[in-house]
Amino acid sequence: MALFRTILLRLLTTTITLFGVAVIVFVVIRVVPGNPIAMMLPPGATDADIARLQALYGLDKSIPQQFVIWLTGVMHGDFGTSISLRQPVLDLVLGRLPATLELSIFALVIAVVIGGFMALTGTRLRGTRVEAGIDVANGMALSVPDFLWGLILILLFGVLVPIFHISGRISPSIDFPFMTNFYVFESVARGRFDIWADLLAHMFMPALALAIPLAAIIGQLLKQSLKETMHLDYVTLSRTKGYGENHVIVKEALPNAVLPTLTLIGVQFTFLIGGTVIIERLFSYEGLGNMAIDAVVNRDLPLIQGIVILFALIFTVVNLVVDMTYAALNPRLRHA
Amino acid sequence: MTGFLSIRNLSVVLAGTPHRLLRSVSLDLPAGEVHGLVGESGAGKSMIGKAILGILPRAIEIAEGEILLDGQDLLQLPPAERRRLVGKTAALIPQDPLTALNPSRRIGPQITDRLVDILGWKRAQAEARAVELLAEVHIPDAPRVMRSYPHELSGGMRQRILIASAFAAEPKLIVADEPTTALDVTVQKQILRLIAEMQSRHGTAILFVTHDLGVVSKVCRSLSVLYGGKVVEETEVRAFFRGPKHAYSAALLAATPKYTDPDTSLTPVPAEVIAAVQAEVEAADGEWRHVR
Repeated sequence: MALFRTILLRLLTTTITLFGVAVIVFVVIRVVPGNPIAMMLPPGATDADIARLQALYGLDKSIPQQFVIWLTGVMHGDFGTSISLRQPVLDLVLGRLPATLELSIFALVIAVVIGGFMALTGTRLRGTRVEAGIDVANGMALSVPDFLWGLILILLFGVLVPIFHISGRISPSIDFPFMTNFYVFESVARGRFDIWADLLAHMFMPALALAIPLAAIIGQLLKQSLKETMHLDYVTLSRTKGYGENHVIVKEALPNAVLPTLTLIGVQFTFLIGGTVIIERLFSYEGLGNMAIDAVVNRDLPLIQGIVILFALIFTVVNLVVDMTYAALNPRLRHA
Repeated sequence: MTGFLSIRNLSVVLAGTPHRLLRSVSLDLPAGEVHGLVGESGAGKSMIGKAILGILPRAIEIAEGEILLDGQDLLQLPPAERRRLVGKTAALIPQDPLTALNPSRRIGPQITDRLVDILGWKRAQAEARAVELLAEVHIPDAPRVMRSYPHELSGGMRQRILIASAFAAEPKLIVADEPTTALDVTVQKQILRLIAEMQSRHGTAILFVTHDLGVVSKVCRSLSVLYGGKVVEETEVRAFFRGPKHAYSAALLAATPKYTDPDTSLTPVPAEVIAAVQAEVEAADGEWRHVR
């Protein structure tokens, strides 16, 4: 019953959040200068042509009226039609979503692996030069933004030692009848590891660029939290039982030290998803972020609206997942 | 070389400095004996237990001496071997039961882990042993408790569990580091009685670290009085309470509040006694440092 109430409450707050986002975006993109009609018509179009097109897209009505029309459509699962691509927004957005999700999750995995490794190594060798080296590396990784890491990686692994693909999601030569847009998952599920490898070779650099700053944050916070935990009584007690440093760090300290890091990963992961907008552009990766930039350039109002709503939805889902994982890992919250 | 534990001339310093926190401490603990380590805060009583168990803070180093456990000098052993020997033959009853159990692990594995991982028992065997032990420390419904997390249990329960866990591997030596200090008075008595009961059943030697002479009189057979990292008097408990030999011990005994007479005001250890014992410790081995 309590669980049911929690879920209901979550749904309610999520709906309110999404509604707020929708209102803000709807108003802002209509108030800022530049309009889609001007982008569509050739120079020398008459006022009558403009008025006709405006009426066609409903842009002649007031903003509140437009919003009501849009909202009514959304209620029926219709997010409108993209002005520049002339296809339903929902199809476009859902078509691109898997690419961005795969990229973000891959980046998250890389960040957790690198960050976790640095934190554990730094804790194991605390007080030595290795720990100092890790701190320096973390500081550097943090002070350079993800798109700059993208450029650095392109230079390193695309130009100097060209071992990864620098653009796109999949090699054009691969002609495989994918049934879903989750290429990475599908290629594994269908046993096509050659295609899977090609996908990863494309995803690796953009994912790494997104992952580096997050890895540094995870590494720093987790190491700090581990070092504090190492002084606690239960860790000391475990040492008296005959356990060595590695066991004590991984089995006693880590499960407790990971909790504060987890909350942070949730927050930072939403930033990472935001970062895909620029990174996808940089690597010509055909995801939502890349589509978002095109939509803004073309003043494709319905498409912008749809993408932003989807991003907002992803953020709330990520937060929900973090909260649930936190409760699952922390026995003190499990029965609360 | 008499008992299971034998400490010879143990000196401990603040790493990289000549400041000695323990000054040539020697101690023999016959098998099955309960020995009290008493002294004020900072006298170094906990330090002895930590040195034996190998859990001194990183900033503290052993400068000289021998710690013989079962005839083997711990300080000569490679770290991994030392840890295993300590894990097999010694155990700790910690001070604060609220922080000494891992909050994210269930109780059962926290009792059985040493038996399985260090002593090589089968899991089922270790679990059966844990159930037995929990019964010995008067915890009913052992299976349920073993599935619980620490936060679901009271402080007294958790201290009972830690005592059970300390006796699990039938160690020859237990270091009890102020095991009742963090508990409230009513629970203190029960826990003290429980430790005494478990001790006589298992015949374990216990090094009982405490600042409470009342506790010493109840559970210990012999005791050492420490001041400034030095043992100033080592004697039998009965002889001690009849009349301590050292002036500082006498003053410490006089300073113990009498529960029978709540109206007497607290007597501090007189300043001249402190000055004298400081001078004595200083004369014994050079420079004196205020450790408090």
